[in-house]
Amino acid sequence: MKAPPFGYVKARELGQVFDLLEQHGDEAKILAGGQSLIPSLNLRLSRPTLLIDINAIADLQGIRETADTVVVGALTTHVALEKSPIISRHVQLLAAAMPHIAHPAIRNRGTIGGSLAFADPAAELPACATALDATFILRNRDQERRVKASEFFHGLFETDLKPGEILAAIEFPKATTSHRFAFSELARRHGDYAMIGLAAASPQLGMLRLAYFGVADRPVSAERAATHLIRDGAAGVEAACASLADDLESSGDLNAGPQTKLHLAAVLLRRALPALLPSA
Amino acid sequence: MEQHEISVIVNGQKLRRRVSARQHLIDFLRNELSLTGSHLGCEHGVCGACTIQVNGTAVRGCLMLAVQADGAKVETIEGLSDSGAIADLQEAFHQYNALQCGFCTPGMLATAAELVELHPHADREEIRAHISGNYCRCTGYHAIVDAIAFVLETRRNKGGAA
Ligand SMILES: Cc1cc2nc3c(=O)[nH]c(=O)nc-3n(C[C@H](O)[C@H](O)[C@H](O)COP(=O)(O)OP(=O)(O)OC[C@H]3O[C@@H](n4cnc5c(N)ncnc54)[C@H](O)[C@@H]3O)c2cc1C
Ligand code: FES
Ligand code: FES
Repeated sequence: MKAPPFGYVKARELGQVFDLLEQHGDEAKILAGGQSLIPSLNLRLSRPTLLIDINAIADLQGIRETADTVVVGALTTHVALEKSPIISRHVQLLAAAMPHIAHPAIRNRGTIGGSLAFADPAAELPACATALDATFILRNRDQERRVKASEFFHGLFETDLKPGEILAAIEFPKATTSHRFAFSELARRHGDYAMIGLAAASPQLGMLRLAYFGVADRPVSAERAATHLIRDGAAGVEAACASLADDLESSGDLNAGPQTKLHLAAVLLRRALPALLPSA
Repeated sequence: MEQHEISVIVNGQKLRRRVSARQHLIDFLRNELSLTGSHLGCEHGVCGACTIQVNGTAVRGCLMLAVQADGAKVETIEGLSDSGAIADLQEAFHQYNALQCGFCTPGMLATAAELVELHPHADREEIRAHISGNYCRCTGYHAIVDAIAFVLETRRNKGGAA
């Protein structure tokens, strides 16, 4: 199908984006890589009257390092993350996830900001941001606010972004020497959205975040399971797997029912264990 | 319908055109410029038949607007063929029976062209990962992987990609 008619503006700076968002409200949509938005227009699932193309805005580009964080501009493409030496050194979980996101031609245009703002519950990046306890930097005309990943995702395609606000950058803590991480997912075909996946990070001994994706309407942190593993190490794996039922409360989807999802969640956890636990 | 003027280099030729905001790059190339080598399959990013190159990288022609190509360099299968840039890939696809109906082939070649350029040392698994976004309903992929692996090896042996 073809997209319905809409207007198009290539914004040159952020002020112009905020003006247009103010004038057009709900009717306007930000266009980043277009790799989720344009399919939804082509399928006529969405009918904005105006697309605001933000690709030319320099403020939203680039990957920067500070002493203990890495700040990634919203417009950073998947392929730029995949190739970045800063990311492969300091945010290894992201580097490990990248090859699983869609296919090369889509990664050439799709952006991290677009993926996080879109908030597809089966997407890799929202779960990675959750596992890494990333901070989202949101901007409107007057101010900037910082929101933790665990508070950013509200539900299916729903986020903490307010009218007139955009996602400007994402801040990831740099991995320390004791940092451990694991990423794995199950998909029917390489590059497809996952049936289920796990992004896990342990910034230091005694801390562990297990962020599942493809199980509910947003990334889910399996806190009970993590507690078992922190307390008992590899010996806690049976208890951890048993507690996934309470942690995930998966309702199942087109890919698989809740029982299958739960089974697969445990499979992924066992696969991740050696990388996460020093003694496993 | 809202119109925009764009200036774009398509297969080496500089053009100025008016396009409607909602027109996809692939429809612009096929319908306005009669470059019908790139195909339109699913129209939502899944099949890869519309893959072309924009500023040297492979993109989905159905997931980019023509107006977004303003100032860009676009190469379609016609341009890639005429310049000889992928002559060895085309020859290998032929030799290895890597196409039957040919519907997927222009997109497959544009994707493969990026692979041989960027990853001269790719192994079979990496070839498969790279073409994972391009559907082929005829060949079963094996012959396509053979053809690309052959080209990679030949180019490496020529010393072009040390
Ligand atoms: C065939 C196919 C397979 C795919 N497979 C996967 C996959 O396996 N895993 C995966 O994670 N993704 C997958 N994707 C989606 C891809 O990763 C997209 O690139 C990504 O989800 C959206 O990024 P984008 O830059 O293209 O955003 P766009 O499509 O431009 O925008 C998406 C949404 O976010 C909004 N938006 C964009 N940027 C901002 C911003 N800075 N601030 C506020 N709002 C913003 C837009 O208004 C829109 O609503 C796939 C896509 C396709 C077509
Ligand atoms: S037509 Fe563009 S990916 Fe199928
Ligand atoms: S040759 Fe027919 S689809 Fe690939």
